[in-house]
Amino acid sequence: MGYDPENPMADRITDIGPPHFEQMFPPVVKNNYGKWLYHEILEPGVLMHKSETGDECYTVRVGAARLISVEHIRELCDVADAHCDGHLRWTTRNNVEFMVDAKAKVQPLMDDLKSRGNKFPIGGTGAGVTNIVHTQGWMHCHTPATDASGVVKAVMDELFDYFTSMTLPAQVRIALACCLNMCGAVHASDIAILGVHRKPPMIDYDQISAVCEIPLAVSACPLGAIRPAKGTNSAGEEVKAVAVKNERCMFCGNCYTMCPAMPLADPDGDGIAILVGGKVSNSKSMPKFSKLVIPFLPNTPPRWPETVSAIKNILEVYAKNARKYERVGEWAERIGWEKFFEITGIPFTIKSIDDYRLAYDTWRTTTQFKFTSHIK
Amino acid sequence: MPKHDTPMIDELESGPWPSFVTDLKRQAEKSPQCWDILGKMELSFRDRITHWKHGGIVGVFGYGGGIVGRYSDVPEQYPGVAHFHTVRLNQPSSKFYTTEKLRQVCDLWEKRGSGMTNMHGSTGDLVLLGTTTDQLEPLFYDLTHDLNWDLGGSGSNLRTPSCCLGKARCEYSCIDTQALCHHLTMHYQDEIHRPAFPYKFKFKFSGCPNDCVAAIARSDFAVIGTWRDDIRIDQSQVKGYLNGDYAPNAGAHSGRDWGKFDIEKEVLDLCPTGCMRMNGEELQIDNSNCTRCMHCINVMPRALRPGLEQGATICVGAKAPILDGAQFATMTIPFLKVDPDNEFEEVVEVIEKIWDWWMEVGKNRERVGETIMRIGLPTFLKVMEVDVLPQHIKEPRSNPYVFWGEDEVEGGWDRSVVEFRKRHAQ
Ligand code: HEM
Ligand code: HEM
Ligand code: SF4
Ligand code: SF4
Ligand code: SF4
Ligand code: SF4
Repeated sequence: MGYDPENPMADRITDIGPPHFEQMFPPVVKNNYGKWLYHEILEPGVLMHKSETGDECYTVRVGAARLISVEHIRELCDVADAHCDGHLRWTTRNNVEFMVDAKAKVQPLMDDLKSRGNKFPIGGTGAGVTNIVHTQGWMHCHTPATDASGVVKAVMDELFDYFTSMTLPAQVRIALACCLNMCGAVHASDIAILGVHRKPPMIDYDQISAVCEIPLAVSACPLGAIRPAKGTNSAGEEVKAVAVKNERCMFCGNCYTMCPAMPLADPDGDGIAILVGGKVSNSKSMPKFSKLVIPFLPNTPPRWPETVSAIKNILEVYAKNARKYERVGEWAERIGWEKFFEITGIPFTIKSIDDYRLAYDTWRTTTQFKFTSHIK
Repeated sequence: MPKHDTPMIDELESGPWPSFVTDLKRQAEKSPQCWDILGKMELSFRDRITHWKHGGIVGVFGYGGGIVGRYSDVPEQYPGVAHFHTVRLNQPSSKFYTTEKLRQVCDLWEKRGSGMTNMHGSTGDLVLLGTTTDQLEPLFYDLTHDLNWDLGGSGSNLRTPSCCLGKARCEYSCIDTQALCHHLTMHYQDEIHRPAFPYKFKFKFSGCPNDCVAAIARSDFAVIGTWRDDIRIDQSQVKGYLNGDYAPNAGAHSGRDWGKFDIEKEVLDLCPTGCMRMNGEELQIDNSNCTRCMHCINVMPRALRPGLEQGATICVGAKAPILDGAQFATMTIPFLKVDPDNEFEEVVEVIEKIWDWWMEVGKNRERVGETIMRIGLPTFLKVMEVDVLPQHIKEPRSNPYVFWGEDEVEGGWDRSVVEFRKRHAQ
């Protein structure tokens, strides 16, 4: 049978939703649902959960690219079939978890995973760097200011030892979003890698009448930098278009989202900003936004060395100086941001001073500060 | 389809982290369009810019979401990816899978698309990356008939809800995140598949304030498990930690020698409210001052557990910075029952109150957090018919610009300036 293009509505099924989660549970999870007592990380990437029934669930967590093939998924399934009665799960950060119900089954599972080259690195638990959450980049999106999968691969190669160990003061969550839309919620990450544009939109007078509603383009701009204006297309005809006050533009790209005739991507204009110190968890301190500490690093594929070394530097200075349990943002706040800039050696620039809405909240309105090397 | 020369991205085959380039090449043996993915990716690496065109509306009949259209701006060079649409499958709550089901997805996608996926999209969907328009209806037919599986959301609708694994494998979970997530996903299929909102709307469910799915940072409607009675303490296990029988923080710090566990320094002093103390070897918590931050429980999971009177805190209106700045979700309902036995009636009621208001007053492309920001939290709280509480704020306002209502002021606002002038010369 199958789909019949002559009769597209024939026995159509809609709105059935996803499969029920319970069908997917391994027996040890199903039998102990809601009965878990405590857990322990036995070694990096290996968790043990103990149930009040006495059952134990052993989990082996492995890293994965977010962009993966069905061949790779089949190989994951092979492992799960061989060791986990055909069950596995993904975490919210693109890691894969294999669960078994006895300690004796852990080593064979790990041996199998390790025998398959570098495809299934075991780790991503506790006080280390887990997988990077990220977005599409050049792989699949039309608005990116940088790539995603490539940058992530370059960064994780360099931070690999932190994925497979638990030596940091606390967990460090890294996230990447390839443009200011931030499909991956990078705005509350310990270290955020963010694609940014730096050239205002161009206006494609040949296309704009056909593909844009001028009022929508005008209202798209949060800074009122866009106004309706006449323009001349390449045939020399006058067309209804828009004009952009370039000096007002903050390069958010919202105009391009609303109007395809206003592209702003550019090889030299685009690159990466680094933000640090965000967190989501309510543990100890309240959730925090990430703060911009490096306004721009160039796009240098295939390995983005400037970005990779900037992140490694922040991570290592943090690892050396923060107290046990202190997240990056908690550490930076304790020592003060002026100290953060001093000891990381990141040059403080005017770009880190907020001049957008509610900016005043971030200005210092006290005589309390530290005399760091910034003050001459 | 020919192989392309890809020296730049080939560089990403080395290194210890799994390589998506190696993986793409492996898939290309079965799905030749992957050679064109690689070639086109190489072109972007060389040009340092994307080669995808802006949008393009495609979908399956009767749905306004679930598929993201994508076209190449260099179609002749890489014909295999000239059309490369995304299909979002609604993931099973908390992303457990059977291999049987996953293999069915793999077979389907190898037949109907590029063989490449994102496990998972940032909202939670199982993302099938790259197919042509003519494959969409057949794929949808096979998906719904053979796999008994449906698409997720995209566009100005309810986006695919997601949750942490909660009670399935986490001892901290105070609510049944999966049951709630699945129930609401099923209850709101229409809202997921047919955009009717001012803008996107996201649900996320975390079982406790550790908030592993980042609900408070990225969902319009965040349900975060909590409790309102006392933290359960097992004093004998507290002693276990004091004696060094167990690694603190469940062993999360075992890679470095941090010295002997020091309960004063590692737990009591880091408690944000200072509400814990040691009385000899007995741990005491002044629960009326605890803000349920989870720190002590995280550090001593064998000794401490959330209380038994469990429910959820509802926070509303998180969003990423675009456009007016990032917002965390605002605490709106301190404690709500989350009860599978009544089909989560209390939660549904709250959701619909928010939607009724937002659909009426929200502007086009305005997230609910922005609507609340524009119109004001006081108005929103009135709409939600919740008691106004000091818990709704971090601190009282520091400006005096209060919008008094006429009915709140003695004698109302109607007065005669003539009468006024009789007593007060100009
Ligand atoms: C010891 C206490 C904690 C336990 C037992 C715990 C448990 C878990 C579990 C079971 C997951 C998998 C969830 C899923 O994918 O659905 C997870 C993932 C995660 N948790 Fe926690 N969590 C704890 C503390 C925290 C804290 C304090 C934070 C944030 C500061 C946090 C942030 C995260 C994140 C970001 C993930 C995704 C991790 C990954 O995929 O590698 N967790 N956690
Ligand atoms: C104004 C803001 C936003 C715009 C205009 C926008 C636009 C887009 C576009 C065009 C894509 C397609 C990428 C592709 O071709 O695969 C996309 C993907 C996606 N976006 Fe957004 N986005 C915005 C904000 C967000 C936010 C805040 C989130 C979630 C927190 C989000 C979640 C997603 C997800 C889950 C995908 C699927 C692919 C992925 O995970 O990378 N988006 N978005
Ligand atoms: S963050 Fe921007 S560039 Fe990246 S996938 Fe989302 S919309 Fe596209
Ligand atoms: S990029 Fe943003 S600020 Fe600049 S013109 Fe476009 S909408 Fe306005
Ligand atoms: S949010 Fe809480 S309940 Fe859910 S997985 Fe994380 S620690 Fe466990
Ligand atoms: S949960 Fe947080 S606030 Fe409550 S006692 Fe523990 S550390 Fe203190």
